[in-house]
Amino acid sequence: MPTKIEKDAVSGTETTGHEWDGIKELDTPLPRWWLYVFFACIVFAVGYWILYPSWPTGRGYLPGVLGYSQRVTIGQDLAAARAAQAGMRGRIEKASLAEIVASPELLAFAIAGGGATFADNCAPCHGAGGAGARGFPNLADDDWLWGGDLETIFQTVRYGIRSDNEETRQSDMPRFGLDGILTAAEIDAVAEYVLSFSGRADDPAAAQRGAAIFADNCAACHGDNGEGNRELGAPRLNDQIWLYGGDKKTIVETDTRARRGVMPAWIGRLDEAALKMVTVYVHSLGGGE
Amino acid sequence: MNEATSSIPIDDAVSTKAGGKRPLYAPRVAVYPKRVTGSLRRLKWVVLAALLGVYYIVPWLRWDRGPGAPDQAVLIDLPHRRAYFFFVEIWPQEVYYLTGILILAAIALFFATALAGRVWCGFACPQTVWTDLFMWVERLIEGDRNARIRLDRQPLSLAKAGKKVAKHAIWLVIGFLTGGAWIMYFNDAPTVVHQVLTLQASSTVTAFLGLFTATTYVMAGWAREQVCTYMCPYARFQAAMFDEDTLIVTYEGWRGEPRGRHRKGESWEGRGHCIDCKQCVAVCPMGIDIRDGTQMECIGCGLCIDACNGVMEKLALPKNLITFDTEAAQEARAAGKPPRYRLFRPRTIVYGLLMVIVAGAMLWGLAFRSSVGVNVLHDRSPLYVVLSDGSLRNGYTVKILNMTRRPRTFTLGVRGPAGARLSVIGVAEAAGATVALAVKPDSVGSYRVYVRAPRAAVTAASSPLAFVVTDEASGETDLYDTVFRGP
Repeated sequence: MPTKIEKDAVSGTETTGHEWDGIKELDTPLPRWWLYVFFACIVFAVGYWILYPSWPTGRGYLPGVLGYSQRVTIGQDLAAARAAQAGMRGRIEKASLAEIVASPELLAFAIAGGGATFADNCAPCHGAGGAGARGFPNLADDDWLWGGDLETIFQTVRYGIRSDNEETRQSDMPRFGLDGILTAAEIDAVAEYVLSFSGRADDPAAAQRGAAIFADNCAACHGDNGEGNRELGAPRLNDQIWLYGGDKKTIVETDTRARRGVMPAWIGRLDEAALKMVTVYVHSLGGGE
Repeated sequence: MNEATSSIPIDDAVSTKAGGKRPLYAPRVAVYPKRVTGSLRRLKWVVLAALLGVYYIVPWLRWDRGPGAPDQAVLIDLPHRRAYFFFVEIWPQEVYYLTGILILAAIALFFATALAGRVWCGFACPQTVWTDLFMWVERLIEGDRNARIRLDRQPLSLAKAGKKVAKHAIWLVIGFLTGGAWIMYFNDAPTVVHQVLTLQASSTVTAFLGLFTATTYVMAGWAREQVCTYMCPYARFQAAMFDEDTLIVTYEGWRGEPRGRHRKGESWEGRGHCIDCKQCVAVCPMGIDIRDGTQMECIGCGLCIDACNGVMEKLALPKNLITFDTEAAQEARAAGKPPRYRLFRPRTIVYGLLMVIVAGAMLWGLAFRSSVGVNVLHDRSPLYVVLSDGSLRNGYTVKILNMTRRPRTFTLGVRGPAGARLSVIGVAEAAGATVALAVKPDSVGSYRVYVRAPRAAVTAASSPLAFVVTDEASGETDLYDTVFRGP
């Protein structure tokens, strides 16, 4: 309750009647236009509630007369984007991979579109920039299991590796240890021999013993000098790139248990244009042949 | 001020916004400023003409920059991310020039206020300038103060409606021209004028034109002094920048009081020089009585000074009963001593120094601007790639800014791990020590660069690497420090 309303001598305005530590406050009226602007804001707010999604109603909400929803808007935007891209995507679908790479316009579109497709579909296994991980090939380096030219990459992407598509790439490494084909000592020797390809053999004597075992068991797929075989997807053993690890323990493990990586087939899951674009993108990551 | 004025008898002053029990919300008290002549009024007109002249004319000035470049002298080209000011071309990377200008403007404002009080408010503020212009239009159509008061009291008639419509129409036209000029700072003036007149303007242009027309009309035509009193934060803290040596509009109460009517021939003994003619109140655009003292509503335009001086002249009394003077000087005058003005005080010296420093820094930056820039983004994934022969490769996106209007060729090199070689996709696929890159005029060239280094040369997980861009023709270089990552 105001205790003592006084009148200010200079302005003639009354005080509020309260005092705080000796400080009094004038009760100057607010300008009327300010009040009207406030009312206008209230009217605007009510109008907004009517037109746009607003108040919750138990389980649902008032949807608004305009029927606006962010979900619908996103859908419309995506459809518009799709329609805008239809021209270029059509051209890419009809062009061959070599033609796409040769045309700067198509190439730029393909790399951008392929990058987006890659991020959604391939990055979970192959890493964000094709960096790869243990057991998932690095797509940016210059070593390829099945081949790094455009057509080969295209086939790999379409049909996958050891997937359930009938045209998939197939090969199997025998489980030399678990299936008893080689003894532990023999596996040890072969591992030393494989290490010697990259000059890291600790035990040259074992490496020499391993040479014969390699020639009998491994060379058929991995090549006489460990140069690999792209027909079979057999990795190069004489370089510095290792899919599971190049230390002796891992090589022994690989030999014992074998490796059988799987890649899904993307035909049917991605349309033709997306397949071509992602192929071009992967080829452009730095290791394309 | 309290000590000096407590000995001077002062009546309860009654302002034009007189009190009494007031409602919670009060309608605007109409203000009808009267026409006045004098030196300060002339100064106000000069400043108004100069500022409005600059505002409306500058967009039309031309400056040739060669083919393909805008030929407007002052232009902020938002779609192309450039700002042009005569011979200076600013890239978005150089937006700190705008920061510098704003800082300089702020300090200059504080400096001017510390010296001369609210001169910004009274003479230069856009609100004051446009309101002054609108009130001049109003006076032209509806007449001077008394005529306007009478007109507003009259019932609506054809003549009255005609005058009101004419006034508002002219106000809208001025608002339209104001909005138009604003847009011309962001678009080429002849082009956008043609577009607007042929109704082909883009929705953005139309929206801003409408916005500025509306705000000019509302703020200068309807809101007027209420902007200064209620909306502008500047009014509230201006007083914090005053000290006893700041020039402010002040009424010499020690001379003017006690005030009262004066008949011709009466003596001036025992009374003040103020004859309570209320001309100072009549001409005030804010509708206040300066005799109440310095107050928040007073914008320091000095029109009351001109009005009172006119009256003092007729009475053959000394001028400047209301005057631009400092508090210290007023106290000295009231005591009969010679007034002292201190222009150089710590406050003004500090502001002055700051302005010199900021202006100097900006000029130095402008004089030594480089015309080439380089930005490098290291690939986030993969951080590094091991190649078949064991060497390491890092990928980068290198952007070279060519800030001139000629095509230039730059040499890109690296300083980092021994034996590092570069290859650039699309330009030089085979790795070499340097690569030549061509960049189009006035644009940013973006390149994917791979740097390979032998494994032995990389000893840490992250080693420093610098990209060096050299203009072969002029020798100008720029450098960007980044890293080379390894296992």
